[in-house]
Amino acid sequence: MIYEFSYATVSIFLAFVVATVGLSFYMGRKATSSAGFFAAHGQIPWFVNGIAFAGDYLSAASFLGICGMIAAYGYDGFLYSIGYLAGWIVALFVIAEPMKRLGKFTFADALDAKFNSPGIKLAAGISTLAVSLFYLIPQMVGAGTLIQPLMGLPYWAGVVMVGAVVIVIVITAGMVSTTWVQFLKGSLLVIFSLVLTVMVLARGFSVAEGGVDGYALQTIGPLTAEQLSKPSIAGREVLPRADGWDEHALVRLRDDDGGYSVFSINEVDGAYRLLEAQAVTSGDGPTLVGGVPKGEGEGERLLHPVGHVTRLPGDAQQTGPLGPLEFFNVLHDSELVLWGEQTVRHASGDKTVVYFQKPTDGSRVLRPGEHPKFAGIRGEASAGSAKLIRDRVNFLSLMLALFCGTASLPHILIRYYTVKDGAAARKSTIVGIASIGFFYVLTLYLGLGAMTSGALDVQSNNMAAPLLARSISQLLFAIISAIAFTTVLGTVSGLILASSGAVAHDLLSGYCKIQMTDAQQVRVAKFAAVAVGAIAILLGIWFEKMNVSYLVGWAFSVAASANLPALVMLLFWNGTTRQGVISSVIVGMTSSLGWILLSSDTYKQVYGIDPELAIAPFTQPGIVTIPLAFLTLIVVSKLTAQPRDE
Amino acid sequence: MNELENRRHNQRLGLGLFAVYLLLYVGFMLLCAFAPAVMELRPMGGLNLALLYGFGLIIAAVVLAMIYGGLCRVAPPPADAADAADAADAADAGKADGKEAEQEA
Repeated sequence: MIYEFSYATVSIFLAFVVATVGLSFYMGRKATSSAGFFAAHGQIPWFVNGIAFAGDYLSAASFLGICGMIAAYGYDGFLYSIGYLAGWIVALFVIAEPMKRLGKFTFADALDAKFNSPGIKLAAGISTLAVSLFYLIPQMVGAGTLIQPLMGLPYWAGVVMVGAVVIVIVITAGMVSTTWVQFLKGSLLVIFSLVLTVMVLARGFSVAEGGVDGYALQTIGPLTAEQLSKPSIAGREVLPRADGWDEHALVRLRDDDGGYSVFSINEVDGAYRLLEAQAVTSGDGPTLVGGVPKGEGEGERLLHPVGHVTRLPGDAQQTGPLGPLEFFNVLHDSELVLWGEQTVRHASGDKTVVYFQKPTDGSRVLRPGEHPKFAGIRGEASAGSAKLIRDRVNFLSLMLALFCGTASLPHILIRYYTVKDGAAARKSTIVGIASIGFFYVLTLYLGLGAMTSGALDVQSNNMAAPLLARSISQLLFAIISAIAFTTVLGTVSGLILASSGAVAHDLLSGYCKIQMTDAQQVRVAKFAAVAVGAIAILLGIWFEKMNVSYLVGWAFSVAASANLPALVMLLFWNGTTRQGVISSVIVGMTSSLGWILLSSDTYKQVYGIDPELAIAPFTQPGIVTIPLAFLTLIVVSKLTAQPRDE
Repeated sequence: MNELENRRHNQRLGLGLFAVYLLLYVGFMLLCAFAPAVMELRPMGGLNLALLYGFGLIIAAVVLAMIYGGLCRVAPPPADAADAADAADAADAGKADGKEAEQEA
């Protein structure tokens, strides 16, 4: 079985969380003014701020999502690492110093530095809120999924717990304690990822027939087409291929306990081999695994943990410790098993998801194009040239959004106000880049290590990194889970702080011109923090089933389209006007949001209707909406430019 | 005093390094999208080009960041306060100009 409740694990987990939060309280006990609440008095040392950048940035999506994606598809997950880091180059070389020079508390401050216009404050405030909320959802979803297996609590309890703890962190001490949480968690994350990587390398690879539960997956064959069509195979009764099963290349054989084993049919040169798969049926009744109830008792079954190597170079059984480069070399020449899934729909409305083995050459997981979304870039798409072009555009669009998105995320931008000057902003960004870059190198080892650990949950790859730790030691599992949880805490508090700043500083005080004393502004910001936190909890519960990295992609696209064009043009083009900035933010935000809401992914995953009906031609909006926002700014600025009298 | 000059120098440096990285990044994306077979070549130490280029991009980011940090000009510490005040004045002046322009409109 994959998850088990243990008091040792839970107490280590709680100790970690309490220590991190407690320490940050102690550090941040003196933030009462607005300068303290929003910007930690500008007194955070640059090194601490740099690691805190890493803490802010390496969210649950980075740690859980990227490791999970690499574990499932290999190199394609690493593309995210590359894109996320590249975004920091934009932040450092283009945005960091002017941002620090122009602003005070929020992103809107910097945009508005030249014009002092309520319209800009309104537009920038709203886009900050929109991006923060979109970024909050995946963090909350991550928290829920993490708590569920770890502490045996229901999903919603995890979401509520994170929400409550974060609200407490933010309203007691604002940016100071948020920064220290980020610093602690950023350092812990990098250090323990390194520890885990070293252990993965020390363990090396070994050949197995299944996952860590010791169950050997069955293989039958090779069979001829005639043998395959007989009523019994290998002495076992074949269950009828009807009620949805007839539409898939699957065979079910009856087992003695009343259930069945399901096999996928793999054909090589007219010979058929049956590889054991795993089937989960869900619907109105209890969840079934292989036709019998899910559970640990008599007559019940659990899903087997997966991810194993089937052949090593030179037909060795195990490699022993490997060097960091040798690791890739050996994997390149090995064979391993990845898992795919197909859904069988029954007449009763129930459905059975079948997870099947995909024997894969090691070389395939070390190159781009294994993920179905990116498959078109390899030119292997069966659907023809339209899909090929669409996949390429999608890929380029995603990489563009990742590149431009980082430098426009509000919770990253506000971190420039916590240090004392431009030089400190620069130095902390460099520290941030170095630690984030180092971490992203580790993600490839962790992801590939998880892929071959035999410990993966076939139903969800979000837990790949913690499960990899669990395959090494229970203690490490508790620590890694605790770090992942504090990761969520830290990122969520940064986001809530950015949104409360947008509400109190930009919208109420900047746009509505409500006169507030310093203390009142902080109080309003705290109320806003509670409200945003509550909304985030609700959205987190609402979006339970959504894929975490998918949601993060949304946030990046919206941030890159709404914020970056205005920010860049303001810094580098003297002809930029107030109206140009406002229209660019609004056009960028609405076009990217609209595109996402009309794209095939949203049709399928949110509305549950046929993705072929989608209006948007491809799913990632960046490649269209970022240039569109630039264009809008230039055109509107030209139209509204004042003739200059020298 | 020479704060503005420093700022210009830093900005030029930043944009130059940014251009270098942009070239590398665009090259990577285009190779992935249009010549994926090239990514499977194993030019060095048995590692394929996808790994080498990917790690290369991460290392390049860190190295360029360090170069930037090393070459940036910072105002000498004693003049720091005066410069900061100058900069603030300049910023204020800029803001005032902006407002006037708006009023003229």
